[in-house]
Amino acid sequence: MDKIKIKKGLDIRLAGAPSKQLERFEPTSCALKPTDFIGVLPKLHVEEGDEVKAGSVLFHDKNNENIVFTSPVSGKVKAIVRGEKRAILEVIVENDGKYDSIDFSDIDNPIDRMLRSGVWPMLRQRPYATIANPDVRPKHIFVSTFDTAPLAPDNDYIIENHIDAFNAGVNVLSKLTDGNVYINVRRDVPWRVSTNAQNVVVTEFSGPHPAGNVGTQINAISPINKGETVWYCYPHDVITIGNLFLTGKYDSSRIIATTGAAMHNPHYYKTKIGADITPILDIEENARVISGNVLTGTNITGDNYLCFHDSQVTVIPEGNEYKLFGWLRPITKRFTDTNTNGDTRPYIMTGEFECVFPFDIYPMQLIKACLIKDIDQMEELGIYEVDAEDFALCEVIDPSKTPIQQIIREGLEFIRKETN
Amino acid sequence: MGLRKYIDKIKPNFEEGGKFAKFHSTFEAFETFLYTPNRVTSNGAHIRDAVDMKRNMIYVLIALIPCFMFGTWNIGYQHFLSFGEDVTFWQTIGYGLLKIIPLYLVSYIVGLTIEFTFAEIRHEEVNEGYFVTGFLIPLIMPVDVPLWMLALAVAFAVIIGKEVFGGSGMNVVNPALLARAFLFFSYPSKMTGDSVWIAEKADAYSGATPLGTIFNGGSVNELPSLMDMFVGTIPGSVGETSKIAILIGAIFLIISRIVSLRIIISTFVGAIAMSLMISDIPFYYHLMMGGFMFGTIFMATDPVTAAQTNIGKWIYGFLIGAVAILIRVANPGYPEGMMLAILLLNVFAPLIDWCVVAVNIRKRKKRWAAAERSAK
Repeated sequence: MDKIKIKKGLDIRLAGAPSKQLERFEPTSCALKPTDFIGVLPKLHVEEGDEVKAGSVLFHDKNNENIVFTSPVSGKVKAIVRGEKRAILEVIVENDGKYDSIDFSDIDNPIDRMLRSGVWPMLRQRPYATIANPDVRPKHIFVSTFDTAPLAPDNDYIIENHIDAFNAGVNVLSKLTDGNVYINVRRDVPWRVSTNAQNVVVTEFSGPHPAGNVGTQINAISPINKGETVWYCYPHDVITIGNLFLTGKYDSSRIIATTGAAMHNPHYYKTKIGADITPILDIEENARVISGNVLTGTNITGDNYLCFHDSQVTVIPEGNEYKLFGWLRPITKRFTDTNTNGDTRPYIMTGEFECVFPFDIYPMQLIKACLIKDIDQMEELGIYEVDAEDFALCEVIDPSKTPIQQIIREGLEFIRKETN
Repeated sequence: MGLRKYIDKIKPNFEEGGKFAKFHSTFEAFETFLYTPNRVTSNGAHIRDAVDMKRNMIYVLIALIPCFMFGTWNIGYQHFLSFGEDVTFWQTIGYGLLKIIPLYLVSYIVGLTIEFTFAEIRHEEVNEGYFVTGFLIPLIMPVDVPLWMLALAVAFAVIIGKEVFGGSGMNVVNPALLARAFLFFSYPSKMTGDSVWIAEKADAYSGATPLGTIFNGGSVNELPSLMDMFVGTIPGSVGETSKIAILIGAIFLIISRIVSLRIIISTFVGAIAMSLMISDIPFYYHLMMGGFMFGTIFMATDPVTAAQTNIGKWIYGFLIGAVAILIRVANPGYPEGMMLAILLLNVFAPLIDWCVVAVNIRKRKKRWAAAERSAK
């Protein structure tokens, strides 16, 4: 087994790690949000009041109508939430608790089965972090089985409990690429990948965050060259894919961790994709509810529906208060709440990003190339090797308080739209 | 709190459509000086580091305080020494303050007026950069510099050196050094020679700096002792004489990770290497004389004008050290080379970065080509 040590990075320690206690939580409703998927233009298949099964199509992507998004539970379509210009924000399904599922076991082709059942959108590609294009054979497929982000759930605990489904999922992935399926683990994992496929490679990673980010691992194993595509997904996605081939049904179960300083008794729940988590939010006042982690997650305060890709809920105090001479006070804790701790400034300090950015890329130069939207420069500086989330640490430590992830995302979207 | 309520009450006057809307940037500068804003993260990362630009700048100011304090005392000390008068500690400090406070008043009033005006014109927030620049400028001047000249130099440095490029973070050369260079070339008689380094010195007293002595063909034996040069009881620019004070500031800046240790180390290495090669006097004299130490810690490390890549910083620092000593030894015109070396490398820093990044780009393109070949 190859061992790779990531040297640069930063482990951010926050209060509110989840205790190893698993509880079942049946949501009263679940939502699917087109905004969770980059570049998807939704076309609805249902109306409010329609009865759906688990696995029924709710909407498809206008760019590729084979990519469909299906209901995680059976029940009635409760609401279709629209935003500006009538853009669809959420399709909410009321859970009848029966989990009446469509059987996909008669579809033999793995790609077709994944597409039709709605698990396909779990596979994403780099560059751009869009949903994988089923017409392309990717160079490799990557799965990071551990998460180094702040307060991240212990994926080993989840995989260990679903090892059969995980192995079945790895087998399916191995058929989707002519290259390798890279399963990246951290040291001393309590489970083993067992598969007959020849192209599954297990690599051991160590080091601080972002060692667990799939982007860091891709860069260390096989950096993406211009024109290449690789796919990636999360370990809970591998389990869902595995279950689809073991049972023939779309099982939208997902183990999530509630975390964060403003969450009382943070622990694990077994629930469904897109669950309405309002009943389990035992939180303090003036807190922010984040689907995902504090570095890359989505603010879902008041909405409370989990995002599609996430298996973590973080609740931290809002920092919306003034502090007298706050910039002069000694720093007792670097990270506490959501206050920006300062105003936006031009880039003045240098060399700091390089210390937390474990890529063979000059981060400041790439950020500036994205700002001026110079495609040639962005390509030369390595834009295809990165995604916005890889810059999360740079954004956190940036004393100029600029929206770096947004800058990178807009740079990537600019290239995607100009070249496709 | 009462103050907060008062600020919230008068705030609408300074916003769009308010009575004093054109003073918005000024109001904001004072408000955020008193209170860090209640602004929260909106997209991307939900948490942010406690460090911001205000804190970075205040750390540099704190690091400069030992130099400021010693410099104030030394102004008085050198003055009374030239007359051979025996005075108390407080008389020495009092004389020093009398000399240095006008320099600071001019530096900050002229500089900040320009900064605030530009911020208002551009509808931007006032940047903290000048608080450091304005503190540095009096420290690198001869104490007797006429105030009108100082005002002119500050205006030149801030407008031509910084604002025409777009303000803090966009400037090519270090504004404080540019102010000094402006006077150095415009009014050389007030900036060099043996008579300018001691405030109102007695005519009979020499007053030459160690560098001046060497420049005029003096030998090492005629210099003050190494200890005097280290402690700083010698004539020179206000803040540069005491190496102890500079090192205290340096340690603080290195621990708080505000300055790049790469630049500091490589500047020392460059200077030592060059003096071993071409200088007649031992290299440690070069480190102790003139503005070398002050320039290395507080000027060469300015992140905006230094090389930005970590590899570039090694090259940039090395060249500053080497060129500074080269000018000192080989140039017949000027005794000191540190200012010119830093300004020169400020101009070349983007080129150094360009080369460093070009190596990275070439590596990437080679990988692309190899992947394309193996695909065929």
